[in-house]
Amino acid sequence: MDTLLLSRIQFAANISFHILFPTITIALGWVLLFFKLRFNATRDPKWMEAYGFWVKVFALSFALGVVSGITMSFQFGTNWPGFMETVGNVAGPLLAYEVLTAFFLEAAFLGIMLFGAARVPGWLHTLATFLVAFGTTLSAFWILVLNSWMHTPQGHELRDGIVHATDWMQIIFNPSMPYRLTHMLVASGLTVAFLIAGISAYRRLRGDRSASVAATLRFGLVLAAVLIPVQVLVGDLHGLNTLKHQPAKIAAMEGNWDTGGPRPLILFAWPDEEKRENLLEIGIPHGASLILTHSMDGSVPGLNDYVAADGTVLHPPVAPVFFAFRIMIGVAVLMMLVSWTGVALMRRRRAGVEGLPVSFLHVTVAMTFAGWIATLAGWYTTEIGRQPWLVTGLLSTQAAVADVPAPMVLGTLLAYLAVYLALILAYVGVLFYLARKAADGKPLRMMPASPAAQVAITAAE
Amino acid sequence: MFADPAVWLPFVFAALMGLSIVIYVVLDGFDLGVGVLFPFADDDEKDLMVASIGPFWDANETWLVLAIGLLLVAFPVAHGTILTALYLPVAIMLLGLILRGVAFEFRAKAPARQKARWNRAFFAGSLMASLAQGFMLGLYVLGLDHSWAALAFGALTAVFLTVGYSFIGAAWLILKAKGDLQVKAVEWARGGIWGLILGLAAISAASPLVSTRIWEKWFTWPAMAWLAPLPILSVLLVGLLWAMLRRLPMEGDRLSWVPFVAATALFVLAFLGLAYSFYPYVVPEQITIYQAASAPESLWIILIGTIIVLPMILGYTALSYVVFRGKASLLNYDLIAEDPARDGKAALRPPR
Repeated sequence: MDTLLLSRIQFAANISFHILFPTITIALGWVLLFFKLRFNATRDPKWMEAYGFWVKVFALSFALGVVSGITMSFQFGTNWPGFMETVGNVAGPLLAYEVLTAFFLEAAFLGIMLFGAARVPGWLHTLATFLVAFGTTLSAFWILVLNSWMHTPQGHELRDGIVHATDWMQIIFNPSMPYRLTHMLVASGLTVAFLIAGISAYRRLRGDRSASVAATLRFGLVLAAVLIPVQVLVGDLHGLNTLKHQPAKIAAMEGNWDTGGPRPLILFAWPDEEKRENLLEIGIPHGASLILTHSMDGSVPGLNDYVAADGTVLHPPVAPVFFAFRIMIGVAVLMMLVSWTGVALMRRRRAGVEGLPVSFLHVTVAMTFAGWIATLAGWYTTEIGRQPWLVTGLLSTQAAVADVPAPMVLGTLLAYLAVYLALILAYVGVLFYLARKAADGKPLRMMPASPAAQVAITAAE
Repeated sequence: MFADPAVWLPFVFAALMGLSIVIYVVLDGFDLGVGVLFPFADDDEKDLMVASIGPFWDANETWLVLAIGLLLVAFPVAHGTILTALYLPVAIMLLGLILRGVAFEFRAKAPARQKARWNRAFFAGSLMASLAQGFMLGLYVLGLDHSWAALAFGALTAVFLTVGYSFIGAAWLILKAKGDLQVKAVEWARGGIWGLILGLAAISAASPLVSTRIWEKWFTWPAMAWLAPLPILSVLLVGLLWAMLRRLPMEGDRLSWVPFVAATALFVLAFLGLAYSFYPYVVPEQITIYQAASAPESLWIILIGTIIVLPMILGYTALSYVVFRGKASLLNYDLIAEDPARDGKAALRPPR
């Protein structure tokens, strides 16, 4: 394999591993703030117990997100020097604003949020929780601004092959940013909703009947049920935006070779780039036309429009985009079925979580990390869909790669993969271990009723 | 000459980057150093050592992200040149930072039987990151040359910086620990001070020897005269440390802050010396900060943000150090906040 492909795989591995954890911390920060505010309002200890459990998950996820994020900031230089040399005038300030406004905010208040509850007044602890949640979201904002600009660049001009910023408002509010940002924030919400529902269901299956677990199980399912239709709507708008600005990506997502209409919504096919056709195609007639143009016979862009006269392919690799998109949609459908069934079961005879049968709890546990799969599949769709460009129309991926010897890249890639695999296994293992410990052992340390009980609160782990 | 933004903007950014690096080296230096000292501590002490850095390490590492970020945004050409030249040590440092960063969390949350494994990961990660940083420092001082002599020098600085970090880590523990652990930390510091001395000496000697330009910057009159305070202060600080470490810990914990402050001052002086040697180069002897700088309009927009945000960052970093001031106690997630007087005592009680 050559340096370009290895460097791409290495960056893909890093960014895939990294995004798993911000996807959790962005929304979990706000969920923790919600738990804390519920506690402040009701003084019901179950909310503090929920906070106490989930703040540990937050701390663990945050640490993994931080260290994998540091890796990426270095890889721009070690593997992709052409990126900063060409578009550094735009990418640089955006990354700098992320570090300055978001990273330090999160990092400084995380200590107070995790360990400071006993050292600072209650309001300051609530404020720290808010600032950490705000910081993670702000960080998502800046990085998605940059990523969206790479998809739909504007507000710049080229001087001697180097990009220079001309209008920062245009750069920040580039056409795909609002859609991509919203799509990602809702994805984070869904990921956390299923994570909380799944772990809580697991604790109930282990016989944990505490009020706190009942509350978080219900919270997770309701949050998912509310967010999934929002995500469908946002995803549709995002798709229409992509159709307008990156039609080649849409063509790959739909597996459509020739421009025209009507086009079916393809449920399954094997896109063959050699023959330039789909094998084993199963589709719903008029479906793609209807979704993309909101008319039965609307024209859908085709991949063959993006092949230069000399045969150079200017559209993304079709199969990965096509399948990643379908995996994302498939998981979304599962999410809708599970969360709506759960809410319906809880509403039936107003039974609440008692109305959830064991079989449903098992399904919910199986869905614990569904958000990860959908998020990764979605990112693969959009990022592979941008190829062969690193920055659409401005910089090809090939032009940005470093001239590092291929065996060296292979060596570091294997080391990263080994570490990442071990860490994902450890992470998932520890999450379920914490859940078992909480479910089996004594109830988690509660908010004490009397000052005398406070001494007993000290963590025993 | 400083009326032209194309001149003073790169200078300001070089200064900001230098500030981030020096803050990083001191702050992450002490917490990496605590990790390097891990094998010398027993299990209870390990918990306390982690507790002494737990609320800070994340923000400490953010200074590295800021430093590399400023290099990236202000001097993109240099960023690519330096990082591709240091490809392998950077990868080793990153793997080390990953290992130790996650070990912080896993050692406290994973099943007890796995704790020893995560302790080893914490040590190994801290060691990898320290060695890699020292190695990169050595290579950088010799102009990113990959000759055998340069690699050997890099190996030497790798060891010295690691011992230097363990020294400032021990100094941090003298400040934050009490009882047996504090006594141990004083011993560790006595053992580690030679790394600091040899490291300072090696780098001070090597950089003028490999570059006549640096030699002339230091050893010509009158520069010699007004640069003299740097080495003189350094020697005085080393002497002070040497004397203090023979007397600590003192009655009533007096002066336990001195080693950490003196070590910090030494790191800062060493950095100032290096910065003076290499200015105006960002890639030694190859690319100056003026050649590598981004377009002024991009630097402007970052500078405005930095001027607004940096004081806030320093403010809440200070807040975090104030909240967690005093002797370290075992970290816990207890969620009581209403009675600070009582909590102060409760927090000091070890869990049984």
